[in-house]
Amino acid sequence: MNDRQEDSLVGRGNRDGAELFRDWFESLNDTAERGESAAYVFVMGSFNEILKAFDMPVVFPEINSLQTAVRRVAHEFLDEAEDYGYSPDICGYVKADVAVQLRGGEHPMGRIPKPSLAVYTNACNTYIKWAEIWQRMYDIPIFTLDVPGTRQAGGQTWPGERRFEADRRYVEAQIRELIGVCEQVTGNKLDIDKLRQTMGYANEMSSGWARVLELNRSHPSIFNALTDGTIFLGVANGLRGTEAGARYFRELVEEMEHKAARGIGTLTEEQHRLVFVGVPCYPIFRRFNELFTEWGGTFVSSTYLWFASGGTNRGYQYDLAKPIESLAEGLLLFVRDAMDSMFHQYAMVRDMVEEFAIDGVVFHPIKSCRTVSTGLADSRRALMDDIGIPSLFIESDMMDRRVVSEAQIKNRVDAFFEGLISRQQHSAPIAGTPAQSGSVEEVV
Amino acid sequence: MAHAAGVDVGSTQTKAVIVDEQGRVTGRALTDTGANVMQAAEKAYAIALEASGLEEREVEWVIGTGYGRYRVTFGNAQVTEISCHGRGAVHLFPGSRTVVDMGGQDTKAIRVSETGEIVDFCMNDKCAAGTGRFLGAAAAALDIPLNDLGNVALSSEKPVRISTTCTVFAESEVLSWLGKGKKIEDILWGVHTSIASRSGSLLRRVGIEEEVTFTGGVSRNPAMVEALEQRLGKKLNYSEDSHYIGALGAALFALDHIRASRIPPAGAAAAHKEASP
Repeated sequence: MNDRQEDSLVGRGNRDGAELFRDWFESLNDTAERGESAAYVFVMGSFNEILKAFDMPVVFPEINSLQTAVRRVAHEFLDEAEDYGYSPDICGYVKADVAVQLRGGEHPMGRIPKPSLAVYTNACNTYIKWAEIWQRMYDIPIFTLDVPGTRQAGGQTWPGERRFEADRRYVEAQIRELIGVCEQVTGNKLDIDKLRQTMGYANEMSSGWARVLELNRSHPSIFNALTDGTIFLGVANGLRGTEAGARYFRELVEEMEHKAARGIGTLTEEQHRLVFVGVPCYPIFRRFNELFTEWGGTFVSSTYLWFASGGTNRGYQYDLAKPIESLAEGLLLFVRDAMDSMFHQYAMVRDMVEEFAIDGVVFHPIKSCRTVSTGLADSRRALMDDIGIPSLFIESDMMDRRVVSEAQIKNRVDAFFEGLISRQQHSAPIAGTPAQSGSVEEVV
Repeated sequence: MAHAAGVDVGSTQTKAVIVDEQGRVTGRALTDTGANVMQAAEKAYAIALEASGLEEREVEWVIGTGYGRYRVTFGNAQVTEISCHGRGAVHLFPGSRTVVDMGGQDTKAIRVSETGEIVDFCMNDKCAAGTGRFLGAAAAALDIPLNDLGNVALSSEKPVRISTTCTVFAESEVLSWLGKGKKIEDILWGVHTSIASRSGSLLRRVGIEEEVTFTGGVSRNPAMVEALEQRLGKKLNYSEDSHYIGALGAALFALDHIRASRIPPAGAAAAHKEASP
């Protein structure tokens, strides 16, 4: 490989990911402009394999909403929904979407088509009430697929075990029902070979995603799980079950393996390897990350990349010879894992501390999503008691800049690194600006 | 003789402490922060220099801390007040393992190691419930000077229960108790126990160790000390110097720097370790 080829390979995932993402929104805009509708789905169990087998355009309202925050206009959408009567205390994603609907689909990335159908799991309790809003607005069918999660009592169940099979059959029956609803909405019968094709693409994406995440064990880490990872995540969701998505992840694996083999890290001079637990702070997305990179901290992993990819990080492969049965098994494993990444992430994070050589864990509960935030304080305590890893607990929001205070976040982040460095060097915190504070030697 | 300084610019008050080579306080100052943060830092530092009988050039290293630490323009470096309170508390009370710092707009619970390193910390969130500002709101509602609050509260015989923890709503709740004929001291004690309850929750999140040291401006309030001691079920370390602990910690970090800078580079790391308390 010559230098020019290498240059084009490094950073390709970010470039192509951003382009595919824009293309996806452009195609949604075209759909809306033609007066056509789309299936509305969510990241934790998106059913893209089925919906794309019916050639249904797919809208992820969660992604639409977070994009308003990244583009710094979320407050306009939140205000509009609150003026309409929604409480400041509820999910910011819901409110931004309500405003998009009230505006007839107007969104900073283009027009969003109206829903023809909404499909969702029980992974998030808000999904159910959210879909009911569209049902009232548009009189469309909504479909709840109830996925059994990890039981509080008893151990985890796995394929082949009697109890797992009971859960799998329960999910399979619902999938068959969903296929019937899709047939009614589209007026087309399911083409099973087309389903096999979308599932095949999804298989490639799942295995690629698992490989990419695993490759970040490298020293230095080859991508930032908070910033780069979120780009990869956009493709993992929006293009799931498509040829373009499968190709993207093949190429992403190629890029990451290339970087890992040559020790090409992120832009950060890596001094502290961190795990991020929770949902990103989208209103100050880049700045939030900089508060860590200024101290030489980089996020090598994130529970967000697990649950917001619907659990596909596990790399589960569908058996295309038994598509419906396998789809049920995969969905059960994916969504259960996504829920565990939100509610029981403690053991997962603990296990990766050694494997990924983690120096600290950053917990980021958010005001407007108690589903994902409740329990983080306990998880943190358990993790610290168990393995004594340094951790930071900072609260802000995924959407609402009214509850994001950069000065307060910075104060906590600075104190976290002062403590981390101090303990690492068994010495006093380093006096200096963050950029100067990498080591005692630099200061003395 | 070398001197080091720490300037703690808090939301309400600015503190400056100067220490000598042995870490002994030679001068200190306290001033209201006001609207001009830079000026407040300069003023506090000037008073501390005067109290020490020193010229500015005799202080080798200055560290800024507190929310206004980056506005200490004459400072050489910055350290967060979280680290500084931990360091200062262990210096004053070597057995400190948990520190509660109650200031004008935030309350911090800090767990520290025997050398004053931060093991864990936790702070109140965006709102100022459970902080000095809450006391300020109550003092304003009852028209009592802030410095008298504690002594008045300690004379309570039939305390009322303040249910709100919101600083904004505190005033209306205080007024409603007054309207019901409750005595000022009983209302005030209720305010103190309400804050102690919230602070106790923060402390539990980092872990309440054997020795707890109370720092920050509110530690001068005897009723707050009493309410916290009752809440935690143990005696607290505190002193008249507790208000200056953040600035003291910053001065000690500055002293670390001076000591370390005198060691030949090859032995720097080891020597730095020795220089720590």
